[in-house]
Amino acid sequence: MGDILQRKAWMGLLARAEAGELDRLWRAAGIAPDHICLRPPEIGTVMVRGRAGATGAPFNLGEMVVTRCAVRLGDGRVGHGHVQGRGKDHARHAALVDALMQGPEAAHLRAAVLDPLAGAEAARRAARARKAAATKVDFFTLVRGED
Amino acid sequence: MYVAVKGGERAIEAAHGWLAEERRGDVAVPELSVAQIRAQMALAVNRVMAEGSLYDPDLAALAIKQARGDLIEAIFLMRAYRTTLPRFGASEPVETGAMRCDRRISATFKDAPGGQVLGPTFDYTHRLLDFALAAEGETPPAPEAVAAQRAMPHVMGYLDREGLMEGAGAGDAVPPDMTRQPMELPACRALRLQALARGDEGFLLGLAYSTQRGYARNHAFVAELRIGAVAVEMEIPELGVSVELGEVVLTECETVNQFTGSKTEPPQFTRGYGLVFGQTERKAISMALVDRALRWRELGEEDEGAPAQDEEFVLMHADNIQATGFLEHIKLPHYVDFQSELELIRKLRREAGAGREAAE
Repeated sequence: MGDILQRKAWMGLLARAEAGELDRLWRAAGIAPDHICLRPPEIGTVMVRGRAGATGAPFNLGEMVVTRCAVRLGDGRVGHGHVQGRGKDHARHAALVDALMQGPEAAHLRAAVLDPLAGAEAARRAARARKAAATKVDFFTLVRGED
Repeated sequence: MYVAVKGGERAIEAAHGWLAEERRGDVAVPELSVAQIRAQMALAVNRVMAEGSLYDPDLAALAIKQARGDLIEAIFLMRAYRTTLPRFGASEPVETGAMRCDRRISATFKDAPGGQVLGPTFDYTHRLLDFALAAEGETPPAPEAVAAQRAMPHVMGYLDREGLMEGAGAGDAVPPDMTRQPMELPACRALRLQALARGDEGFLLGLAYSTQRGYARNHAFVAELRIGAVAVEMEIPELGVSVELGEVVLTECETVNQFTGSKTEPPQFTRGYGLVFGQTERKAISMALVDRALRWRELGEEDEGAPAQDEEFVLMHADNIQATGFLEHIKLPHYVDFQSELELIRKLRREAGAGREAAE
């Protein structure tokens, strides 16, 4: 179960990554594995669901654009990429990293691609959180005259 | 009645050529890029995604550019593009309780855990035109503060625990989808929420306002309004697990409404719910008020005959693309239709004239 949780984590990270950032890191990693596309990059939609009252029964909120891709490496490893937006390279890179992470290249890719992506994402999120925190209201009660 | 008429191709081509030139405008002024629209017209982009019912900020920005800023035209372009795409599936319901909030306010509890976070809001601005924006200049960076790594639970949970709040309902039934099956009335709440989430902001605002003015009065408090990013997960059939596909920014509004009880329900607070793509606060609040008004039947309330209670009226007229399609078609050639109307009026007048002469 630990393996699948790890895989979910990197797939999510790759999906959320900025396509340009992933592209740059992928090139810098210097890996060009033999592979075939089981499913060439394909643009489609996913219906996003919410819940009535946040916790009640599901309803269809609207669709989001998603690009998906599946690859098989020469040694048979299969990788999947499902990424937000219309980035065909983004989806292909995500699928390739997913496949490679299941083998001996994992440590190299974690250092060269995943860790920098995670760092950039954490920095982006932290910057937003700090700005939000600055807009948090500090209430104070005025002293009433009769006291 | 429609009759095929040939001709006009050259005029149409010239009209489209001129449209393109007018879209570009004065060439002495630099052209807008899609990236600029996405970054600097973000709330227009959000509205186009919400009512286009398709989350993709780059596409929405392109649509706004192509539509010359006509947002309903841009929404039309998004809807049309959507129909060309295959659908891969449906997501797990998003967890708005885990939202990374840019903004989170409650009008009912001052000391809600997590606090009142204003975010980048127009509230409390003076609505005076800022002529500094007409000049070019740098914007100073926004202030920052230490962010506590604290969860921000839904405010409604606290009322829930006291038992003063109606349940949010449960179930994991597959919800109906109005983009796949024709809408059937009466509609369940899931179908109503889908229709409202993609409905026209102006129409819903007017309806919501009407409930505040006394048409189907249900005095609403905003228990919570939150805006921020949530993860979207979908099960990948090949893997048998759900993975994150990305993040969407949503606006969620939960209202709490007085309810003195009915034949079927005890006195308690009741809920209205709004959830919309993007930072779209006015729309989310409107949606929550209209959702609550439409719930009169399931809460055993009286039908006051108010427009916001009339499901058929609300749901069949909330979609601005359906509405504009039917409205705007009347400007297209109806020459033959009108010719017959003209003949009829002439005939009636002749007959009326003949009748008067005979009477004299």
